[in-house]
Amino acid sequence: MKILVPIKRVVDYNVKVRPKGDGSDVDLANVKMSMNPFCEIAVEEAVRLKEAGKATEIVVVSIGPAKAQEQIRAAMAIGADRGILVQTDENLEPLAIAKCLKAIYEKESPELVILGKQSIDGDNNQTGQMFAALAGLPQGTFASKVEVTDAGVNVTREIDGGLQTVALKLPAVVTTDLRLNEPRYASLPNIMKAKKKPMDTMSLEDLGVDATPRVKLLSVAPPPERKGGIKVASVEELVEKLKNEAKVVS
Amino acid sequence: MSVLVIAEHDNASIKGATLNTVTAAQKLDSDVVVLVAGTACGAAAEQAQKISGVSKVILADAQCYEHQLAENVAALVTELASGYSHILAPATTTGKNLLPRVGALVDSQMISDVIGVESADTFTRPIYAGNVIAKVQSSDAIKVMTVRATAFDPASAEGGSAALETADAAHDQGISSFAGEELAESDRPELTSARIVISGGRGMQNGENFNLLYSLADKLGAAVGASRAAVDAGFVPNDMQVGQTGKIVAPELYIAVGISGAIQHLAGMKDSKVIVAINKDEEAPIFQVADYGLVADLFEAVPELDKLLG
Repeated sequence: MKILVPIKRVVDYNVKVRPKGDGSDVDLANVKMSMNPFCEIAVEEAVRLKEAGKATEIVVVSIGPAKAQEQIRAAMAIGADRGILVQTDENLEPLAIAKCLKAIYEKESPELVILGKQSIDGDNNQTGQMFAALAGLPQGTFASKVEVTDAGVNVTREIDGGLQTVALKLPAVVTTDLRLNEPRYASLPNIMKAKKKPMDTMSLEDLGVDATPRVKLLSVAPPPERKGGIKVASVEELVEKLKNEAKVVS
Repeated sequence: MSVLVIAEHDNASIKGATLNTVTAAQKLDSDVVVLVAGTACGAAAEQAQKISGVSKVILADAQCYEHQLAENVAALVTELASGYSHILAPATTTGKNLLPRVGALVDSQMISDVIGVESADTFTRPIYAGNVIAKVQSSDAIKVMTVRATAFDPASAEGGSAALETADAAHDQGISSFAGEELAESDRPELTSARIVISGGRGMQNGENFNLLYSLADKLGAAVGASRAAVDAGFVPNDMQVGQTGKIVAPELYIAVGISGAIQHLAGMKDSKVIVAINKDEEAPIFQVADYGLVADLFEAVPELDKLLG
């Protein structure tokens, strides 16, 4: 079974992002970039399926700037076999990404596509579902467990009330939640080995995708600031404040 | 044009987040239609008819919609879509699972987690874990969006008298099926609609110690949540997670116990009206957003709080 894992280069999760002074966009000058955490979980899951003998090849694809090669190499160091960079300096919307993935899917014909449930920059949580819809595939979103069976794949999903399991026919799309696995750290020998793994580069034109934006970013602003609070000295004082000042308990 | 709201329900009754989504819909157009897709979900549709400000309810009752499988429901919504200017669902796990699929099928770039409606095509939404609020304008013919329930007041569940229409088509795509579920059972209020939320973090040390919070919660009529650290450590189940990738809450009172306050956690609770933090580390970032901070050992402070509020 071949697994396709789409990944994204994003601002590192430790960076506190702020708007630019003119409010036109966020300020990303000189901030640390990393693989989106949910994408790392997707790569790890694919590698575990390969180690368990369920998968034969793992292809990683990223759609972004030339520097996204760093994240593709990082995925290869975890254990992906091959990489594809769809190089663009445009900031593509999830629908356009989904269209690119559909084109890659048709070229590669994987049986399983595993990707992160959301990226921590746009927080959209759309790409996997959109791609599944365009390719006519079933989806197991927010996965905390993935089990490949003879009939297809069973995906346990983290939902608001608890857990739900769906049975999907292959090919299928899985989006990862936090507790699916804990990604390994790549070892130095594997990082060195990753540098020699094959990587193709292509363009949006090669895929025939129209990525014209549909949604215009008008402005960005910081969220309303919470005014500084106070420290209370004791539980008694806390209860007194909650009852008489904030009036939220009686 | 009209606005279509996809109801969140369990076939027997409408879930609260639907009411907030109806309020968001009313800011877009006065003609609000609610779709109830499920199996033997007539009772839920009847409830939807009573929601104030809803003009019509579409009932799609078929076996293939029983568990709201996105593959099947998206096909149904896509069939209905052409008559609407906007398609909305609450930003719950059900809405987040379904709506992007609808967006792709109607070729619309969906807008996730809307917290403000500026006009029929301009919306605000949080990005980067809520550190930035983006104002965006959609040029798509059908605007598809999930709505963050805590950002809109609920519409009244009573007083409406919407017409009822049925949609007959059963769009069973035959590619996915429901295989089981484990739902948490609790007599406490739902996290996302509770007036008071008490959350525990890594400082709770283990799952058993959450009993301290449950006891206090039951006295206050509160829901109990958790930070990602507490869920990852296996103290409590995933459905209790509050944060960027968990549940978003905005209660009148949020009590954070043993939670350091990572930005990912703050993203899920910082719109709460009053925030209390109890943590023994006075440098913990949670104190920067707390109205009332108490530097104390939670294992002493929580039982005392329990006693004083009991």
